[in-house]
Amino acid sequence: MSIHSPVVRAMARITALIAATSLAFASHAAQYDQLVVEDSAIEFNYTQMGVTLRGHFREFDGSLRFDPAAPESASAAIEVELASIRTGLAEADAEVTGSSWLDTETYPRARFESSAVRALGDNRFEVTGTLDIKGTTQEIVVPAALVAANGTAVFEGEFTIRRGDFAVGEGSWARFDVLANEIRVQFRITAGE
Amino acid sequence: MKPRPSRPTSSPSPSSYTTTAKLLHWLMALLILGMISLGLYMQGLPFSPEKLKLISWHKWAGICVLLLVTVRLGWRLTHPPPPLPAHMPRVLRMAAHTGHALLYVLMFVIPLSGWLMSSAKGVPTVWFGLWPLPDLLAPNESLGNALQVTHKYLNWFLMAVIGGHVAAAFKHHLIDRDDILVRMLPTLNRENQK
Repeated sequence: MSIHSPVVRAMARITALIAATSLAFASHAAQYDQLVVEDSAIEFNYTQMGVTLRGHFREFDGSLRFDPAAPESASAAIEVELASIRTGLAEADAEVTGSSWLDTETYPRARFESSAVRALGDNRFEVTGTLDIKGTTQEIVVPAALVAANGTAVFEGEFTIRRGDFAVGEGSWARFDVLANEIRVQFRITAGE
Repeated sequence: MKPRPSRPTSSPSPSSYTTTAKLLHWLMALLILGMISLGLYMQGLPFSPEKLKLISWHKWAGICVLLLVTVRLGWRLTHPPPPLPAHMPRVLRMAAHTGHALLYVLMFVIPLSGWLMSSAKGVPTVWFGLWPLPDLLAPNESLGNALQVTHKYLNWFLMAVIGGHVAAAFKHHLIDRDDILVRMLPTLNRENQK
């Protein structure tokens, strides 16, 4: 029997359908606990001299646990490799890992760890946790919107931190007239089952 | 010193520049010399808030140069400059016209090369920190670096042409003793200004 015969094709289609159906049932009781780093992103933007520039981190990792049936028991811990920063400004990339900025030699990673998750309804959540950058720990509240489909949960959100709170940019950079204090962080965290 | 031949201080207006043309000439002269000095100074600075500030000012002023040279070219095309002195040989007339054409071309091309370079380096230009200008190129690091080198060499070329321009003006004034330099000064022909 040729592999192009109608019977083989029909059987293949039925097999695929069964597989898809069982996957759909499985995901119904899904617990998302696998961080999919390659489909996740941590980006930020900031303003210098009235110009908004965009940067991102190339390396980060972490763990999370999210059960759609019990969202308030969810937890997440994300660690960002600070030396992997790209600021959107070639000259700044060379500077920003230094001691008056992120001081990546002493503090190689930033860490966020959730302490509480509140469901706001409509697949929106409020995640409270601690953010640790350059030896300073601060409690932050992060909004996150969830889109779950095909066994993948994507959490997206944005929050603002003040670089001055973490001594990022010391000395002449500690004033905010040229380089703004606010850093807006956007994240997309993708989790699989 | 020999007495200068008297200059035609009350000649008809086609033999003099308009007040607008003089104003644009000297305004741009100051701006361009300031920009060249600023450019030379800031590019050697260490990465600092001062440097970012100066680069932004330089970009804002560059857009001003681009606007002013557009106005100036429009004015020049509708208000013919006074003719060159009759004593000038053909070769020097051609050199003068070529030099002036080059100055106009460079006054357009240099700010544009800076704008292109800024776009390629991924930094949008927001004029005076208020008005975002379109990015002319997508971010591209190697193109940005190539445009930076282009911007630099165009400016060295501009400095050479300006040097020739100034030397020619003084040559006319001191050796030929004609009114080429003086007719661009703001005080001459005051009674002819409209």
